[in-house]
Amino acid sequence: MAEEVLLFSTWFSIYGRRVEMALKLKGIEYKFIEEDLTNKSPSLLKYNPVHKKVPVLVHNGKPVAESLVILEYIDETWKNHPILPKHPYERANTRFWAKFIDEKCWPAILQACWGKDQKEREKAAEELSKLLQFLENELKGKRFFGGETIGLLDIAGNTIGYWLGVFEEAAGVSELLTREKFPKLFNWVNEWLSVSAIKENLPPRDKHVAFMRLNGQGFWDDYNASK
Amino acid sequence: MGEVKVIGASLSSFCCRIEWALKLKGVEYEYIKEDLRNKSPILLQYNPVHKKIPVLVHNGKPVAESLVILEYIDETWQENPLLPKDPLEKSTARFWARFVDEKCIVSAWDACRAEEHEKERAVESAQESLGMIDKLIEGKKFFGGETIGFLDLVVGSLPNWLKFLEELGGIKLVDAEKFPSFHEWSKKFVEIPIIKEKIPMPDDLINYFTTSGLAKTIRGSALANNK
Repeated sequence: MAEEVLLFSTWFSIYGRRVEMALKLKGIEYKFIEEDLTNKSPSLLKYNPVHKKVPVLVHNGKPVAESLVILEYIDETWKNHPILPKHPYERANTRFWAKFIDEKCWPAILQACWGKDQKEREKAAEELSKLLQFLENELKGKRFFGGETIGLLDIAGNTIGYWLGVFEEAAGVSELLTREKFPKLFNWVNEWLSVSAIKENLPPRDKHVAFMRLNGQGFWDDYNASK
Repeated sequence: MGEVKVIGASLSSFCCRIEWALKLKGVEYEYIKEDLRNKSPILLQYNPVHKKIPVLVHNGKPVAESLVILEYIDETWQENPLLPKDPLEKSTARFWARFVDEKCIVSAWDACRAEEHEKERAVESAQESLGMIDKLIEGKKFFGGETIGFLDLVVGSLPNWLKFLEELGGIKLVDAEKFPSFHEWSKKFVEIPIIKEKIPMPDDLINYFTTSGLAKTIRGSALANNK
């Protein structure tokens, strides 16, 4: 049976880009379908009726939604270049930190950039520093979170590796992830950006910054409204 | 296989998932009861990031976050598997587990806490999420098929917690007519001996919230307002 892999996403979707990184890393051919989120396609609504969001991976007509769920699906379906460790404890650790990035770091980044006033933004930045310190400690002496090669946590770490910097620039707030404060994480970003599956799957920076200047506030407002 | 401890609290719906999983697999463990109003050094040592329960400690190594713990348990003790083998079915289970935690539980709490003028809309929103769970279990004995699995354990404490939230918030969320499949599943699930042994009961939850004074802190609470 010919394999058909579709990915419904947008050029700026942080979660969609994770899926693309994993697919590229494993050499999986796929068709990218750019969604207009202001005018969602009938296909998107059919494949993700629950959340009506991107990304959605459709493999031979069967949809999988939610980026971390998709990453695990990809790893279990295509076994080359595994992105999860073999040992259950290390797998649990990877999953824990991936959730941490999504549930803790992401809202802190949005608030540090687009919180309603300086006081709120500064408080969020302080919180974000504490969160980054946890990740700094988690890296230990490793080149990547996945060890010698990138894994699921490095992919989910796109929030920190790229989106953080873009959002800070768009919002005009100071950079948190400096070499002085977070030497290991800073190093990790440089190593991470040199991996082709990563660097070929990042939105063009200028376009992304310009887009976030216009839409950043909306992102934070939407996040708040959903909580 | 080794020394297993569970740091938990008896009324927590997240903790009972872990105990059910261990019991289903015949794993012996030591239960350490945590007082959430006075967190122990052990909890802070084993979950310094979130300082929350449940935490599973296996041969001295901690695993936190209930969904991460469930997968760890399933991968470490392979009898009575909780998750299906097929990657697509596994993704579906993971997707719905996140939905239960991020939508069902959250929206039920929001409905309970909503002020009068927002109550109706909040209840509708909670019921919309519950309706999806009802549809999911339609025509099936358990979410796991003929026997209970991962998703049954995740949804498991919802029936009793919903009864509690209904009383706390003076609202009606579920009934046999509106969600007949969920209702049928609940009846079967709570009677399973392993489940029945350790399930938070609505009366105990009400008792805890009223005697601890927590009920008063919840705006919109029917118990606090003596409705």
